[in-house]
Amino acid sequence: MASTNVRAALLSVVFLVLFLGIWEFGTQVIAPQENLSEYEMLMGGADEEARVPPPSEIIQHAIYELSDPFYDRGSNDKGIGTQLAYSIYRVLTGFIGAMAIALPVGFLIGMSPLMYKALNPYIQVLRPISPLAWMPLALFIIQDSEKSAIFVIFICSIWPMLLNTAFGVANVREDWVNVARTHELSPVRTAITVILPAAAPTILTGMRISIGIAWLVIVAAEMLVGGTGIGYYVWNEWNNLDLASVIFSILMIGVVGMLLDLALGKAQSLVEYKE
Amino acid sequence: MTIKSLGNPFDGDQTLIHSKQCGCNDCTNARAGSDSELPIVSDQRQVQANDGPADSEAMLDRAIESAVVRSVFGHNDHSRRSFMKMMGAGTAAALVSSVFPLDKAKAAVKDSLGKLEKTKLNVGFVPITCATPIIMAHPLGFYERYGLDVNVSKTAGWAVARDKSLNGEYDASHMLTPMPLAMTMGAGSSAKRFIMPAVENINGQAIVLHVDHKDKRDPKDWKGFKFGVPFEYSMHNFLLRYYLAEHGVDPDKDVQIRVVPPPEMVANLRAGNLDGYLSPDPFNQRAVWEKVGFIHILTKDIWEGHPCCAFACSQQFASENPNTYGALLRAIIDATQYSQDADNRKEISEAIAPKNYLNQPVAVIQQVLTGRYADGLGEVQNVPDRIDFDPFPWHSMGVWILTQMKRWGYIEGDVDYQDIAEQVYVAGETRKVMEELGYTAPTETYKNHTIMGKTFDPKKPEEYVQSFDIRRS
Repeated sequence: MASTNVRAALLSVVFLVLFLGIWEFGTQVIAPQENLSEYEMLMGGADEEARVPPPSEIIQHAIYELSDPFYDRGSNDKGIGTQLAYSIYRVLTGFIGAMAIALPVGFLIGMSPLMYKALNPYIQVLRPISPLAWMPLALFIIQDSEKSAIFVIFICSIWPMLLNTAFGVANVREDWVNVARTHELSPVRTAITVILPAAAPTILTGMRISIGIAWLVIVAAEMLVGGTGIGYYVWNEWNNLDLASVIFSILMIGVVGMLLDLALGKAQSLVEYKE
Repeated sequence: MTIKSLGNPFDGDQTLIHSKQCGCNDCTNARAGSDSELPIVSDQRQVQANDGPADSEAMLDRAIESAVVRSVFGHNDHSRRSFMKMMGAGTAAALVSSVFPLDKAKAAVKDSLGKLEKTKLNVGFVPITCATPIIMAHPLGFYERYGLDVNVSKTAGWAVARDKSLNGEYDASHMLTPMPLAMTMGAGSSAKRFIMPAVENINGQAIVLHVDHKDKRDPKDWKGFKFGVPFEYSMHNFLLRYYLAEHGVDPDKDVQIRVVPPPEMVANLRAGNLDGYLSPDPFNQRAVWEKVGFIHILTKDIWEGHPCCAFACSQQFASENPNTYGALLRAIIDATQYSQDADNRKEISEAIAPKNYLNQPVAVIQQVLTGRYADGLGEVQNVPDRIDFDPFPWHSMGVWILTQMKRWGYIEGDVDYQDIAEQVYVAGETRKVMEELGYTAPTETYKNHTIMGKTFDPKKPEEYVQSFDIRRS
């Protein structure tokens, strides 16, 4: 078992090195020529079109950015750490707001078939709307770009939580609810002491899906609204067609997304139970 | 926060410029200090160490001293510093005030400005060279000179700039000259009265085509092309339509015109989503730099001296904060006039190229601002007025824009051209401020313009609209 793990890890490293090696040598920059004419200088060198930067350049850039992640050179130029912090703040605010609504409403829908049938048409219509489609409307009504971005996160992360909560609550084993009823527990106590622990794994699955979606959406939302955040960072570098920075920020987005997912995965394993 | 360029102008050890690699206390602290968690206390110490002004009164005093001292040295910070080091601050201050009545100047400026209702402002800009005066006023200290602490905020596109202006997040913003007209009339947005006290740049745009179309220089060969313009209510859209229609190409039927935010133009041209575009610089020059496009024609050859971008704010902001509005307008007009001078263009290029502002290679910005550029066809061109800066908002320009909005069906029904242009383009205020600052302003607000050889008479707008064969109204 252990040897398979070791060998797998080794193979992963070999793949990575191979991939980066081919990339590095495939994109060797032509050495700058001497004696450029004025026209060539104004064209930014005589070589052909710009190319994807080699991995060594990206790594160099990453070291440079990460060595000073919280610098502040004016309101439009802040370090990668600050930008990520802005994005995480927006995602968490929208996510917690969505949680505050999705969990109670999900319980209501899950426990009452009547409410489920009454609200289901609305949920089905609203759910598939791309969260970014809300942006122009949000900007117009809320009149604040920061809150609009948070609203977009809110609206995209509410649905998986709501549906999973409803599903989890509706599928709690009938016997357990009956036991609670024979003990003459009030509906509120039943919900908290019996249904909540029983439905918790399903609810957390919903939350995990939600935070994943929220992280995907925040990048696009910030590219649209600008100002701060990792999405703005990507946009600002795209503006300058600086691919090394773009690739570096893509990696950072991936790492943070993975950490968010891991955190919720950990929370999920805490509420798992065996029947 | 400290205001960096308001350092003591009589101190020879202190720079007033603060470039990206600046080594002064403030800058190194700002660079290193943002990760430290010792805010307020250390900040105050910094202020004291740098001997910066403490309140707004002192700030204004310092701004005036700074302006005077800077102008004595012709805005050359290097010679100011060596002079101050040689003389010592006290002697220098006494010397300057003996020839220039600093105290009186301070009192006069404060009287004429009145008390500022608001000193912290948010001004939006889209990262293009048209916004040069709005942007460079920040690193070069034009806002501070009038006691304003302005945050220039980069915006992804004009729809966002419009929405942030409408909802008051921006006190004032960089816009396209047709936008305040459209916003005031409620065309393509909710109606709110906007005023445009200053034009930013004239000329400075170009039609760029993909390198594959080097053999198709005649617009008649462009049928089926996909063109990009930055916004519907833009000079770019109206100039491209005009240019195409003059060559017999119907811009609505023969080609496709898409709205693409300027920063995305080059990427779209490379990907083949666009065959060409009429866009603001630096993205024309950037396409040449990236070797994906060439400059087909500069817009100055379509209409010499056409307006492009503007500085605008809501009527509400101007009437609620008259003194702040006045100070801001003075800063902008000052900055625009400063940008007009070809000698300053290199310095400006370096000041606005960093990430915080345009985020472009200096070499590209310089080609745009100095007008010595590679055209992508193998030639070096020398056109010093490729882009120019002139704040005066001609009413006749506003009328022309309205005729084109009418021509292409963006507005319908009877339009009172002059009335709207005069409401939005507040040329009277601009003239007053220009004269007060010592610049010459035109006495007229209407003049004839010549666009591709055809004369536009602002007194006969409706006849002008009817005179075109290709039109939608």
